[in-house]
Amino acid sequence: MPILQTTMDALRRRRRSPLPGLGLTLGVTMTFVTLIILLPLSGLAWQFAQLDLSDYLFVMRDPRTLAALRVTISAALLATVFNGAFGLLLAWVLVRYRFPGRAFLDALVDLPFALPTSVAGIALVALYARDGWIGGLLEPLDWQVAYTWWGIVIAMAFTSIPFAVRAIQPLIEELDRREEDAATTLGASPWQTFQRITLPQLSPGILTGTGLSFVRSLGEFGAVIFIAGNLPYETEVASLLIVIRLDEFDYPAASAIAGTMLALSLVLLVAINVAQTRLYRRLEGGA
Amino acid sequence: MNRPILIGLAVLLSLIVIILPVAAIFTRAFAEGVSVWAQAVTEPETLAAIRLTILTALIVLPVNIVFGLCAAWAIARFRFPGRRALLVVIEIPFAISPIVAGLCFLLIYGAYGPVGSALQPYGIQLMFNLTGIVLVSLFVTCPFVVREVLPVLSVAGEDEERAALTLGANGWQIFRLVTFPNITWALVYGAILATARAIGEFGAVSVVSGAIRGQTMTLPLQIELLYNDYNTTGAFAAATVLALLALLTLVLRALISITHPATGAKP
Repeated sequence: MPILQTTMDALRRRRRSPLPGLGLTLGVTMTFVTLIILLPLSGLAWQFAQLDLSDYLFVMRDPRTLAALRVTISAALLATVFNGAFGLLLAWVLVRYRFPGRAFLDALVDLPFALPTSVAGIALVALYARDGWIGGLLEPLDWQVAYTWWGIVIAMAFTSIPFAVRAIQPLIEELDRREEDAATTLGASPWQTFQRITLPQLSPGILTGTGLSFVRSLGEFGAVIFIAGNLPYETEVASLLIVIRLDEFDYPAASAIAGTMLALSLVLLVAINVAQTRLYRRLEGGA
Repeated sequence: MNRPILIGLAVLLSLIVIILPVAAIFTRAFAEGVSVWAQAVTEPETLAAIRLTILTALIVLPVNIVFGLCAAWAIARFRFPGRRALLVVIEIPFAISPIVAGLCFLLIYGAYGPVGSALQPYGIQLMFNLTGIVLVSLFVTCPFVVREVLPVLSVAGEDEERAALTLGANGWQIFRLVTFPNITWALVYGAILATARAIGEFGAVSVVSGAIRGQTMTLPLQIELLYNDYNTTGAFAAATVLALLALLTLVLRALISITHPATGAKP
């Protein structure tokens, strides 16, 4: 079978499509991709390559850089945990239940993507500042969200909600409900069924959703800077520190931090892909 | 038994997490009445920002359509070396955070970058002006049209196009009469997503805009500027304009997904 497949592929490849336009369309595409995507990326790579290891370590070991990374990663982690749970709940309700307003709720999920990040930022400040609707409620509890680390978490969670919901939704749609029915017939409680039957099958979607949500949160800028307070060492995220170094014309430092963040994101995205493939394979293997 | 609890919880959380922030913008923007809002929106600087944002979107849109159609056609209809790599490269902008994207452009097209410094003797400056804003906007928006059109084009297959070719149609006729009707709504959908993003992009644009008041401030940047100036009424008023546009795109997307269910690949 694999041999047949490869032969068919090879034959297909050798047979040139009779349709016109390859030269023109590929030419336009390659020109665009080179000027708009590849050249800028090589700019960062070029600047990064000019850094000595000692220069790089000097930037990355700077307490302010380390603090920014710690703030960014810890806030992104909590935002991602929240989005994993909220995303699962929302996806479940949207797929499994029919109720008035369901279509509206479904469309609403995309709102955080549709809303420009600076609008999201100013909206969250309005809501969580002391004179805001939620900020005012939290005030008596002595829980300040705006201009603290919690604000960063809120901003990151808000802007990446759609990733979690949209990654989990299709898997719930594809679930074989007979398996759940079988588990129930065999005396499993709803929670047992969910935990043993449903959750493992949804794991690839949860992984992708939370992974994408985490990567997005790591790089979030617009929404965060409004609500973060932006105090060095305390509420300064990595993206902001890159901008600050740029404003100081310290391109090497900006590139060192940016290159590190970019590498971290790409490694995570590849890891998500690999892990997802493995999870699917294990599920298909029959657990 | 679980049903009402779960639905209630989901609706309540969505209300708090997603709806309340948007409601807060409108409440704050209209707190002092419609006339104050109207006055804030028509401030000269804000109007200049709106004009620049529209201009950017109008330049980015046709380029995105041409690039998206070309890339989708080449990838869907032909096999060539590096085809898979090309698909990955086109998705890269979605994987890169806005600030890093802006930095990349500065490092290559800025005054100290290899391309920027080579162009400087000819008096050509690419960054900190409209050109820079357009270039980064193209970067952050270019995957949208390809992403929507490519799957539809692949599913449609090329039988009809080959038939048209046999019947003597030329390339342009094939595209206009056979291909285009199949992908119209996917194209529209992708173009809406791309335009919405171009209008709303903040991080990448802020790195390369130069932030010259009344000149290189797009509307998302203007919101931050007004906010930092303690002109909160102006900031919230400007935010309502973008929020309304965002809501409009959601409505348009929902309408297209209802009337043309095949469009609208989920992220």
